[in-house]
Amino acid sequence: MDYSNLRRQAASLKKGLFDQGHLDEQFRQVEDLQDEASPNFVEEVVVVFFKDSGRLITNLEQALEKYPRDFNRWDAYMQQLKGSCSSIGASRMKNECMSFRDSCGQRNVEGCMGSFQKLKREHAVLRQKLESYFQLLRQAGPAGAATRPVM
Amino acid sequence: MAMADASAFPYGLRVLVVDDDPTWLKILEKMLRKCSYEVTTCGLARVALEILRERKNRFDIVISDVNMPDMDGFKLLEHIGLEMDLPVIMMSIDGETSRVMKGVQHGACDYLLKPVRMKELRNIWQHVYRKKMHEVKEIEGHDSCDDLQILRYGFEGFDEKGLFMTVDSDPTRKRKDVDHGDQDSSDGATAKKARVVWSVDLHQKFVNAVNQIGFDKVGPKKILDLMNVPGLTRENVASHLQKYRLYLGRLQKQNEERALGSARQDFSTKGPSSENLNLRSSFQEQPSTISSGYPHAPQKMQGQSSVSDSQLEDTKRTVPLPASDRSINSVSSAAEPQNVAGVSPMGGVLSFKGLPVNQDRKPSETMILECQAWNGGVPAKQFMQYPKHNHARCDLLGDYACLPKPDLEHPTAPGHLFTPPSLISIMSCSTEMDARNFSDVKPALLDCIKSFSPALTCTADSVSVQLSDSVVTSTDAADRRFSSVQGLPSTKDCYFDQTSNQGSWLRSQEEPSVICGADFASLPEDLSGYSLQGGVSSENVGLGSIDLFHYNDAMILSGLQSNWYDDQDHFSSETTDYPLMDGCLFA
Repeated sequence: MDYSNLRRQAASLKKGLFDQGHLDEQFRQVEDLQDEASPNFVEEVVVVFFKDSGRLITNLEQALEKYPRDFNRWDAYMQQLKGSCSSIGASRMKNECMSFRDSCGQRNVEGCMGSFQKLKREHAVLRQKLESYFQLLRQAGPAGAATRPVM
Repeated sequence: MAMADASAFPYGLRVLVVDDDPTWLKILEKMLRKCSYEVTTCGLARVALEILRERKNRFDIVISDVNMPDMDGFKLLEHIGLEMDLPVIMMSIDGETSRVMKGVQHGACDYLLKPVRMKELRNIWQHVYRKKMHEVKEIEGHDSCDDLQILRYGFEGFDEKGLFMTVDSDPTRKRKDVDHGDQDSSDGATAKKARVVWSVDLHQKFVNAVNQIGFDKVGPKKILDLMNVPGLTRENVASHLQKYRLYLGRLQKQNEERALGSARQDFSTKGPSSENLNLRSSFQEQPSTISSGYPHAPQKMQGQSSVSDSQLEDTKRTVPLPASDRSINSVSSAAEPQNVAGVSPMGGVLSFKGLPVNQDRKPSETMILECQAWNGGVPAKQFMQYPKHNHARCDLLGDYACLPKPDLEHPTAPGHLFTPPSLISIMSCSTEMDARNFSDVKPALLDCIKSFSPALTCTADSVSVQLSDSVVTSTDAADRRFSSVQGLPSTKDCYFDQTSNQGSWLRSQEEPSVICGADFASLPEDLSGYSLQGGVSSENVGLGSIDLFHYNDAMILSGLQSNWYDDQDHFSSETTDYPLMDGCLFA
C-alpha cells in the first residue's frame, strides 16, 4: 500500500475543499490544534460538528414548518447554525446561513427556504468530502493521522 | 497546572468556558489548554452558574457565548458579575455594534468574535491581571485609575469636583455620584464598566430601594427603576448590589468571629461610645517621586502625591504640634501591653514592639508595632501610638473624615459607606458596624467624614471583593503607614498610626508620620475586642504578613481603607509585595 500516495490524495481532496470555498482558514486553525495529546483532534471536531449541525438543521427544518413566518425564531436558529459553521470554517455553509438571515431580515420566506435548501446541500457535500478525507488519512496509517496532513 | 510560582503566571489560569455549541466548546478547550490554562467547559449557562457557585474562587475568568438557549449570555454575565465578580469575556458570531456594546455595558471585559483565534485566547490573562491591578488600586483607596484621577482633581480643583472636603467645604454633599465619564473622558472609552462612585446619598437611595423591594426579591433592574438616577446603569446597580450582599455576608461572619469584642458592641449599639468616634486622617507628606516606585498603581500614586501636596501645608503645620505634646511611647522592643491602655487580655495579646529605627527618631516618629491578629496566625501591624494629646486638632481633620453622617442610614455601607468607618473599626471592631452604628457619630465629626466618603466607598468595595485575593497585598504595604481614627478626648486618647516598619521612610519624612489619631471613647474595650496576637517581632512584620492578615479577615477592610493616604514610602517594600501577590493570585 502506498501510504504516501494516500496522503497525497487526502491532501488533494482537502485542497479542493479550500479552493472551492467549502472550508476556510478556520479549518487550518483547528488543524493546528492537533498534537500528540490528541492525534485525531481534527476528525473528532468534525464529527462533533456534523452531529451538532445535523441536529440544528433538523430543528430549523421543524421550525420552518411549525412556525411559519416566525422570522425571529428562524433567525435565532440560524444564528446557532452559523456559529457552528464558523467553528470548523465551513465557509459555504456559513454563507448560506448569512443569506438565510438576510432573508429573515427582509421577511422573505422564499429567500429563506431557498437558502435553507442550499444550506442542506452544502452540509451534505461537505460531510461526504470530509468523510472521504479522513478515511484516506486513516488508510494512510497512524502516521498520517498523527501528523498534520501534507498540503 | 495551577502554579504556586508567581513567575508562572498566566499559566494555570483557571478558565470556565460556556458555550452551547459543542464544536466550539471542544475547540476552545483545546486552544485554552494549549495556552497552558486550566480549562473547564460547560454547555449550559445554568450549569455554568451552578459550577461557579459551587466552586467559588476556583476560576479566574469566564468565557461565555452570548447566544445560548437556556440562558442569555448577558444574563449569565450579569449573574457572574453580581455573585462572583469575575472577569467575563463574551463571544458570539455576530459583531453587531449594538450587541458588543450590550456586552460591554453588562460588564464584559472583552468581546470576541467567532471564529475565536488562539492568539486572542493567549492574551486573556490580561483581563485577570488588570482586574487584580484595579482591585489593588481600589483597595488603596480608589476605585480605579479613574478614581485616582478624581482624587487628584478633587484636590486640585476642589470646588469644581467637590469630591473631597476640606474642613471648610463639604463638596461631597453637592455631588451625588461621580461617574468616570465625568471625570475623565479619555477613560470612558477604555473603561470596562461604567463605574460610579457611590456617594453617601447615592448609596442611601440604593439602600432605600433595596429596603422597599425587600432584600430577598431585589434585582438590579428593580433597584435601578426605584432609584431613578439618571446615568446610572443596571450594571452599576448590579455590581453595587453584589458588593452589598458580600458586605452583609462579611458582616455576619465577622460578628461570629468577633463575638467577644467589646468594641464592636460599642459600635453595634448606638451607645455613647460611637458618638465619640472621630475619624480623622491626614495625609502624610510624601515626596511625589516616591510614587514612581510603585509599579502597579503609578497613577494612583500620583494621585496621592498630588493630594498630599495640596495638603502638605496643612499637614506640616498640624503635625508638629502634636509631636511636642506627645508622650512618646517608644514601645520599643518587647511587647508592652501597658502601652496600650486598657488592653484586655481576652481577645488575644497585643504586643507592641518598638522598631529599632524608632529609637533614633523624634518622639513623634516613635513607632509601635501593633499586632492585630484576627485569625490567630496573622502578623502584626505597626502603628504609632501617641498617648495623649489633641492630635485631632492638629491633624488634617477635615481631610478625610470617613464617618458617615449621623442621620444617614449606612446600612449599605458594606462596600461604601463603611469604608470610612472601617478605619475606626480597625481600632474598634469594624465587623459589626452597621450604618446605624455610625449614625450616632457626632455631628462635628460628620463634616470630616463627608469629604471622603465617595472615595472611601470605592475602596471598601474593592476590598470586599478582594478579601480572599492576594492581590491586595501591595496595598497593604501602604496600610501600615496609615493611621486611622481619632477618637474623642473623653476616652483615653490613643493615637495609632500604622507605619511601615521601614525606618527609611520614617527618616525621610520631615514630619511625624502620624496622620490620624482616633479617640475611642472606650479604647480599652476596643482593643480588647481585637483578637490581638502578641509576640510579633518588628522584623517579622513584613508587608506580606500584614497583607495576609488583611486578607484573612473581612476586618481587613478597615485596614485597607487606611491605605488611601498612605505614603508611597511603603513601596520601598514593593519587592516583598509582589511575590505575594502573584502567589496569591493563583494559589
